[in-house]
Amino acid sequence: MHGQKGAMTRRQRHELKLGLFFVSPYLMGLAVFLVGPLLASFAFSFTKYDIFNAPKWVGLDNFKSLAVDRLFWVSLWNTAFYTAFAVPLGMCTAFVLALLLNRKMAVRPLFRTIFFLPSIVPLVAASVLWVWIFNSQYGYLNWTLRPACNLVSFLTGSRFNPPNWLQSPYWAKPALVLMSIWGVGGTMVLYLAALQDVPKSLYEVADIDGATAFHKLRHVTLPMISPILLFTLLMGLIASLQTFTQAYIMTKGGQPGVSTLFYCLYLFQNAFEYFRLGYASAMAWVLFAVIAVITAIMFKVARRFVYYEGSAE
Amino acid sequence: MKRGTVFTHVAVAGLSLVFLFPFVWLLTSAVKPDALLKQFPPVWVFPPTLQHLRELFAPDSPFQFGQFLANTLFVCTFTVMGNIVSSSMVAYGFARLRWPGRDFLFYAMLGTMMVPAQTMMIPVFLLFRKLGWIDSFLPLVVPPLFGNAFFIFMLRQFFLTIPRDLLDAARVDGHGETAIWWRVVMPLSIPALAVVGLFSFLGAWNDFVNPLIYLFDETRYTLSLGLAMFQGQYETQYGRLMAASALMTCPIVVLFFFTQRTFIEGIKMTGIKG
Repeated sequence: MHGQKGAMTRRQRHELKLGLFFVSPYLMGLAVFLVGPLLASFAFSFTKYDIFNAPKWVGLDNFKSLAVDRLFWVSLWNTAFYTAFAVPLGMCTAFVLALLLNRKMAVRPLFRTIFFLPSIVPLVAASVLWVWIFNSQYGYLNWTLRPACNLVSFLTGSRFNPPNWLQSPYWAKPALVLMSIWGVGGTMVLYLAALQDVPKSLYEVADIDGATAFHKLRHVTLPMISPILLFTLLMGLIASLQTFTQAYIMTKGGQPGVSTLFYCLYLFQNAFEYFRLGYASAMAWVLFAVIAVITAIMFKVARRFVYYEGSAE
Repeated sequence: MKRGTVFTHVAVAGLSLVFLFPFVWLLTSAVKPDALLKQFPPVWVFPPTLQHLRELFAPDSPFQFGQFLANTLFVCTFTVMGNIVSSSMVAYGFARLRWPGRDFLFYAMLGTMMVPAQTMMIPVFLLFRKLGWIDSFLPLVVPPLFGNAFFIFMLRQFFLTIPRDLLDAARVDGHGETAIWWRVVMPLSIPALAVVGLFSFLGAWNDFVNPLIYLFDETRYTLSLGLAMFQGQYETQYGRLMAASALMTCPIVVLFFFTQRTFIEGIKMTGIKG
């Protein structure tokens, strides 16, 4: 040993070199595709940059413009609206499906496959398909809704028509929410796996105590699967805030009007259609900040509501 | 008790019809004659036609399925290989080697998984532009060579389950760590590597944003970009659109039926949802 403070032994140096060698692909990727670009886009967010001319320092101008950009707030609102419905409704649907499949039943694998299958349909293909499903004149969705509408019309005496979905500024976002629920199969598989991991003995004890089905759900099932609920909630929020493809394809860049102009769509338009790279970088950092805050809050909340097996408190 | 079981079956059967119906609509529309497509209420029984498929395979079709498929498979192949080799190598470094700073870097990596790709998108685009890689496959196939945090995490968890004695025996035999990783750990990890392969294949097959940003020449379109562009041009040709959509979806569904177990395992291991 060389007695120098903080110096490593030869063995440690060798271990470090070996370890760094193995993780070197990731380290290089981290520098080139994450840390570097992250810092660069932070710097760009204080500039005016159109790709063709060198970036020009403008201080906080981009952020000041964002604050008064109507479309920025509209896109934020659209994204928040979509997220507020798509994520909880998707989780509830996945949970109900998982609960149903977790009961004693014939041909369970078949049903599991059917519910799972939509989630692997390529998003672009699904988007093209759902445009046709949502077609207000010929789509099958309105064909199935028409009898219900006729019934309501008959009962109330005034005419009710099925919505125009993607052509209507009020129904376009709910339409996209509906489509997202079709793809909850992956979440359902996660919930189903978690449900099957809940020890049977807990339910037996609850039975002895005379617990009702609701009590068992509330006091056994939900706490036991709360880690996976938190995980899917966080992942769902992060993914939903980045919604892009559906809106790009199905509603032609945010139509009707700007009712489906989602945050990442507007960001993309600024970057690659208007070549406002500085402005788009500022938007990208706002998104990053929002996601970081949400993640932090979720972990805070998790400590109160999530039960981790084996954690002693 | 009995009534509950009946209720469950009815509910599940009903819901499964709701989830299946879009597939029925996709397939029937793909083989429905143009004259019947725009009829309300929809016609469900009709003589099927291959007209739409034939139009797609015509030499002047704007949706060149063969070409787009070849491009997609090219990107998929490199993505899968890059991810398997790099992610497993990095995972080995995190799982089976002890070195100062390892755990810090590992947790830092987990933290990076929540950074939205959009934040890096613009500088990465400028970098590839500087390298002259725009309108080539390089921006799609090079990044996977550096590993992927999700896959590294998953493989690390799997590698940790390999008994220590096995690796120590190989060390005593005089094998270096590289040989141990490649010849001992990799063959033992086929199930986990299959998950990585499958999910990175799906990721590359479904990716839309990157092809949209980097590919411009039609001869280089992937299926997802080609289908999106086709939809933009032929908005109202629902028969052809559904045929093209079905062509893009079918290989994935077939793949799913052959690899169901891997799929389900993968979802449980990573929490990535398809």
